Amino acid sequence: MRTLFGENILSPSPRPAPPSKTNPFELSFQSSVGASSLSSSSTSSPRQNDWLTQHIQNQQRLSAEAANNHSTSNVSSRKSHARRKGNPKLLFMGMRRSGKSSIQKVIFEKFSPAETLYLDPTTRIEPATMESFIKFESAELPYNLPFTAPDFDRDAIFASTGAIIWVLDMQDEYYHSITKLIETAVFVLENYPRINFEVFIHKTDGLSEEYKYDTFRDVRQRVADELADHGHADGGGIAFYQTSIFDHSVYEAMSKVIQKLLPQLPAMESLLNKLCSACRIQKAYLFDTISKIYLATDASPTFLKDYEVCSDYVDVIVDIKQIYGWQTRGQDGVLVTDSSRESGAPGESLITYDKSGNTYIYAREINDYLSLICVMGQGSTADKRVLIDYNVSILNDALQQVFKL
Amino acid sequence: MSTAERGKRHKQRKVLLMGRSGAGKSSMRSIIFSNYVAKDVRRLGATVDVEHSNIKFMGNLMLNLWDCGGQDSFVESYLTNQRSHVFTSVAVLIFVFDVSSKEPAPDLLSFASTIRALQEFSPNSKIFVLCHKMDLVPPDQKHTVYQQKVKEIRAVCEDEGFVGKQVDFCSSSIWDQSLYKAWTSVIYFLVPNATVIENMLQKLAEVLDAREMILYERTTCLVVTHITRGDESHNPYKDRFERISSILKTHKHSMSRHTGQMPSEVAFAEMQIKTGAFMFFITRLTENTNLAVVMPSDEASFNAARVNVQLARTEFAHLDIVEKKGKEAHNYNAPRDAITTSDDGDVDSQTRGRLNDD
Repeated sequence: MRTLFGENILSPSPRPAPPSKTNPFELSFQSSVGASSLSSSSTSSPRQNDWLTQHIQNQQRLSAEAANNHSTSNVSSRKSHARRKGNPKLLFMGMRRSGKSSIQKVIFEKFSPAETLYLDPTTRIEPATMESFIKFESAELPYNLPFTAPDFDRDAIFASTGAIIWVLDMQDEYYHSITKLIETAVFVLENYPRINFEVFIHKTDGLSEEYKYDTFRDVRQRVADELADHGHADGGGIAFYQTSIFDHSVYEAMSKVIQKLLPQLPAMESLLNKLCSACRIQKAYLFDTISKIYLATDASPTFLKDYEVCSDYVDVIVDIKQIYGWQTRGQDGVLVTDSSRESGAPGESLITYDKSGNTYIYAREINDYLSLICVMGQGSTADKRVLIDYNVSILNDALQQVFKL
Repeated sequence: MSTAERGKRHKQRKVLLMGRSGAGKSSMRSIIFSNYVAKDVRRLGATVDVEHSNIKFMGNLMLNLWDCGGQDSFVESYLTNQRSHVFTSVAVLIFVFDVSSKEPAPDLLSFASTIRALQEFSPNSKIFVLCHKMDLVPPDQKHTVYQQKVKEIRAVCEDEGFVGKQVDFCSSSIWDQSLYKAWTSVIYFLVPNATVIENMLQKLAEVLDAREMILYERTTCLVVTHITRGDESHNPYKDRFERISSILKTHKHSMSRHTGQMPSEVAFAEMQIKTGAFMFFITRLTENTNLAVVMPSDEASFNAARVNVQLARTEFAHLDIVEKKGKEAHNYNAPRDAITTSDDGDVDSQTRGRLNDD
């Protein structure tokens, strides 16, 4: 367990984006789709939930006609653009009790890992959204849903999904899960080839390194063999991750899954690479401040340790900002005005580890939801800090342009 | 707090940590003083007899912590043949109650006989009663359970002659910041020259125009004292000091994992956080303490404050290094001399004053 407090004390609960803020991931052709779906749905429910609410409506045969109209209009609009919608949509699948809900609760709702022991089994599709810099949308498919059946409204679920995450409990008998996984993977590869298929080999905590590695290889080998038998000799581009909610590995895996869904990733990576080489930065991360998922990093080798330190440091900053930034918030705790924007001073932070000031971590806010964290190595002394500041502000401007903030 | 001790400048304060077996005494000690993480304490075994540990705190305060094993046979021996050895010249008794205990009656009985022995050998000592494991109580019942427990314990205390402010009650749990709150109050009581430090910090805070200053001990991250000025007193987070302790401690653990050092060795030299709403920095103040300063958002005064805190270090140094006090006193001008002399004799009476009529 990383922090000692409840979720809404330490890290600010994901607060809704200010209404004026346009979603940077909303691509231009989206406006028409958004308008059509808004006009067709009479309720004011957030648009990103429509794909699921609508599906549930379908299933329950509630207001059948309206829903059908809605669905047909959506299907036609879906076909009109090849690329998926802007917001990364994740679909969790896997056997029962494999840890699908736990992962969602920990990452998106900031549950402490211990709290997830007592979750009820999920029986229906429940969407969860995280209104952070990126509007993550995730949903969980109960293991017993017959999604391959012909009368099942597959498009409602799969058409807009960016990635399917198959959660496999490695501490359990996993052969059955692999069979199901293959079934699903083949189905997805054949019907929705655009969806990324990711496998989380989950619950690795408390196991020896050797055992973890053996199991990891075993699962990967089996899946590759089976897929080859089904005619996908290249493995279908399935990626595997070892995860556990009790350490940072699940965040790291999630970061990689999300990065694959971001069209801006190459731009961000090359920006960070240039920054690192210009300022001799050991490692730079672009963090989504609230979820602590990193959106990009430079090309130098990534170690889980570096990520952990940066992510813990983000925690420290967020916590202290929470405690002392109270004046910018109103009595009811809602952000009234964003004074940091008004005064024009972006938040920055620095932590020095030895007396010489040679090794330090530098953090800089890009905006309320995005921060840049750099681990500085030897050779970036204090007098170079001016240069770093300058370069970071250039990076800042570039990022603003990339995301059209 | 015997008269013999008062003469010594290097203060040894005897702190007894008692409670029944399994109440959580060693767990909290490990977390506060030995950098354990809450979930690691399940590895701890039962304490056999008494485990002594000396903790240097703020330079001239030496905590002599007696972690007394709580199994009935040990308690029996503390109360009989080791009675005078254990209970003489005790400054503070910390008695830990397991709030979820299956047998509350023997708990109270053991507490009663313990403080009876304490009354006999060190009647002026202070008692901190910690209602531990509060996390096991459902949130909606916490208040009533705690009040009930306090009522029962206070009745016992009064029977044994400990009245009013001589007994303090704290609820605690190793799973949240309440543990730090409880121990901060213990430490604040023990720090011999807290008032002097506070006065000096107050002056420093005015010079820097700081909104808030927090002085904490470096290894334990326990807040020694804090100065709050102006608007900051309306800060809705009343428990922010414990939170800061907890945040810093968590960060220490994360750094130790990263660097492969022991958690006790990890120490950052400086931390700065600048935002539009406030500016915050933590830096070393004395050998054992760090100072956290919260300022209004202003780059120039922020940098000035950092320099000023560095300059102020020498002024605070004499609080830590008492052996060289005579020599250093020459370097200080009159008002500071007044401070140094006053903390020699008067401070002890000040702490005693807190004890008696606070």
